[in-house]
Amino acid sequence: MAAPVSKFVSPDPTLVTLHRFGLGAKPGDELGKIAADPRGCLKAELKQQDIALISADEPKNAGLLDSTAAIQASMTAAMERKAARDEKAAAAMQPTAAEDPAGPAGTKAKPAVPRVEADIYRDEAQARFDKALAATPGFVERLVGFWSNHFCVSVAKAPVVRACAGAFEREAIRPFVLGRFADMLLAVEHHPAMLFYLDNQQSIGPDSRAGKRRGRGLNENLAREILELHTLGVGSGYAQADVTSFAGMLTGWTMAGREGRLGEPGSFVFNANAHQPGQAVLLGKTYPGGGMGQAEAALNDIARHPATAQHIATKLARHFIADDPPPAAVARLATVFTKTDGDLRSIALTLIDMPEAWSTPLTKLRSPLDYVLALRRAVGATAGNEPQRSLRWLSVLGEPLWQPPGPNGFSDRTDAWASAEGLKTRLDIAWQAAKQADDIDDPDDALASLIGPSVSAETRQAISRAESKQQGLALLLMAPEFQRR
Amino acid sequence: MSLLCETPNLSRRAVLMTGGALFAWAYLPRFARAADNRDPRLIVIVLRGALDGLSTVGPVGDPDYAGLHGDIALSLSGANPALPLDGFFAVNPAMPVFARLFKARQAAVVHAAATGYRDRSHFDGQDVLESGLPGPGNATTGWLNRALASLPAGDRIAKAGGLAIGPSTPLVIRGAAPVLGWAPQALPTPGDALAERVLDLYNHRDPVLAAALQKGLDADRMATGDALDGKTMKLKGGLDNAAGMRQSAQGAARLMAADDGPRIAALAFDGWDTHVNEGGATGRLANLLGGLDGAFEEFEKGLGERWKDTAVVAITEFGRTARINGTVGTDHGTGTVVLLAGGAIKGGRVIADWPGLKPAQLYESRDLAPTSDVRAVLKGLLADQFGLSAAVLGDKVFPESAAVKPMRDLVA
Repeated sequence: MAAPVSKFVSPDPTLVTLHRFGLGAKPGDELGKIAADPRGCLKAELKQQDIALISADEPKNAGLLDSTAAIQASMTAAMERKAARDEKAAAAMQPTAAEDPAGPAGTKAKPAVPRVEADIYRDEAQARFDKALAATPGFVERLVGFWSNHFCVSVAKAPVVRACAGAFEREAIRPFVLGRFADMLLAVEHHPAMLFYLDNQQSIGPDSRAGKRRGRGLNENLAREILELHTLGVGSGYAQADVTSFAGMLTGWTMAGREGRLGEPGSFVFNANAHQPGQAVLLGKTYPGGGMGQAEAALNDIARHPATAQHIATKLARHFIADDPPPAAVARLATVFTKTDGDLRSIALTLIDMPEAWSTPLTKLRSPLDYVLALRRAVGATAGNEPQRSLRWLSVLGEPLWQPPGPNGFSDRTDAWASAEGLKTRLDIAWQAAKQADDIDDPDDALASLIGPSVSAETRQAISRAESKQQGLALLLMAPEFQRR
Repeated sequence: MSLLCETPNLSRRAVLMTGGALFAWAYLPRFARAADNRDPRLIVIVLRGALDGLSTVGPVGDPDYAGLHGDIALSLSGANPALPLDGFFAVNPAMPVFARLFKARQAAVVHAAATGYRDRSHFDGQDVLESGLPGPGNATTGWLNRALASLPAGDRIAKAGGLAIGPSTPLVIRGAAPVLGWAPQALPTPGDALAERVLDLYNHRDPVLAAALQKGLDADRMATGDALDGKTMKLKGGLDNAAGMRQSAQGAARLMAADDGPRIAALAFDGWDTHVNEGGATGRLANLLGGLDGAFEEFEKGLGERWKDTAVVAITEFGRTARINGTVGTDHGTGTVVLLAGGAIKGGRVIADWPGLKPAQLYESRDLAPTSDVRAVLKGLLADQFGLSAAVLGDKVFPESAAVKPMRDLVA
């Protein structure tokens, strides 16, 4: 607060465009054009039709499965794995098996079960990276990343989540990043990936037919995280009774099983048999009993709650402006959120036009995901061992794709990423990336086309004095101008 | 890769020595070596720390072996059976490459061997082993360098000079003859140069990142052992792990395979001082032997066509006790093995005048008694590969060793 103002000259608008809002420059970008109209450059991206979508209709994405197909593939693979295990166990149990050398040998000779989920995950990662590498300047992809982290699922939860995490993002996040918040919220909470990740498929109304018959009950996980993380925010005034009540309202929201008794296997279904009957109260409002519509009505209400507007506005401002964002900026975003009924395109435009976005120094550190994407954009998207290399980099940097440590997602604060191990690892990665940068002949030229004229004298000098092309490029990829946003 | 030429001090004495060698060459009989299209190479691997020969090539046919060597004795049965060489000896299962070469008659063993040194100090023992002098003390040159210096000055082997692998030049190849040095990169990571430059930049532009990166680098150094106590460090700057052994052999082979590359090389591998939990077919010693085996393999692969003219010899300062000690290891001993490999070796043989392992047969009732002189083996190799005469070998290369006759017919 009391920092000397003189130290904080406004950041270079080109870097604000490319780093604060976008995913970084690519060798072909014309920085002069961006500098001439930075806001216009960002707004132009928002105007592109279906800019956020990854369509399976495009030939290069032809192999991508929708979540239902992905989950079915995972279910089938799980069956086969189980059968293989059972067979092995049975063979071991056979008293004669030990005496019969052909028995155990025959079991061993079976081909290993193919890792269906890992293949799907890899294809989805490839599509996600391709999209991010092509985007210019990448503001919409940054919004996708923001919302994907806000409504995160983790592939570590179970193979079935690994299989459908990519589809989840394409189906429940991307169509809405420039749409309405309430629509995204409803899509997310209906999605099998989220229902599975936060255990709602096991939650059963105690007074439902299934609950009475099987003596099982509520799992509050999803209800609590919706209130705490997805909408209102912690400490915003809801009580345990609200959580319990909301959990009851969400019972029956589940995924159709393999047998398909309730519907297409792997798809969302409302299981009335498991739903807690009767009316329920949430935040003082009574929702009459009525099946799936009860929780939908509640979701539509809390999506428009002032606490949700405040929560989302704060997170967006933290992501795009500063760890501790200017309160005025948060207030303006919250106002727009409420006035436009949570229209996320209006929110994005507000961010672009916000003076704070252009005057606040670039003090945040790029998250590992944004760093890896920026780095790959910078050195030229060479083919080769992708996406495994980027996935490995993300893992060693502590932000494995679609695998956050908890439902609150990855940290969006600089101190989480500016760690000793993190910086050392960035150094190793910058070195590797620089080695693979066949497209770049001269690090000085790369500096001019990736950072531009606002680069510090020290960085310019360090790069020009490098003893090799690789070292010069690595210095560029480690420079504060490249790390900060 | 850093290839640096270690220029010896061209003292008067050195020049004179070379002149003397040229003089000696004129009287050598095996002048025609180059004419028969052979292009011989010799690689000497010094195993520092005293190799347990009885766990490397076990006398599994000796009835007293299993009792003495206890749990770590090699055996032809069990989960990790040793690889039989002949009816009596079997090699540690960590050395499948050596066993394969032995079968192909490209590897041999000289067992129950020792230098002339009979005390049990590592430092003195290595001194004697590498200097080739009759006793320890003040050695500044090694026998391999003196052998190189004894070749005629115009000879292509002499012109190419020697090759020393590792961060420091092993004594065995130090001396007047020129020696190239090469060491595998210690750190495959960006290296300190980039880290320092980035740190410098951060110190000027971004103190927060500077502090974080500095800490990260410090931790990294701690983890790789740079800043730890001397015990875990390589005191002699040698190589003491399997990966390093393989890597250094790979580099050496690459340099030696070149037509104008060195024909004579020395490597030093550390870590053979297995007092505690030595292990047998598996464990600590087996891991090291696996590294040595990997080095043989890399030489075979890397030298390609030239492997057929190559002799590799692995030597150590002395052996270890025949009986295991109270910590399932072995203490300093006497007789041990010399391992020979290469297309030039007349292999498929364990050369041993086996002394036996009964109490009365052990040296000082504890060690495998030496029945072969390591110097005889080395002299034989030098004579057969490079045509050095018994006189030069007994005087210049291994002074005061005329009584130790070269072991002949080691080379095919």
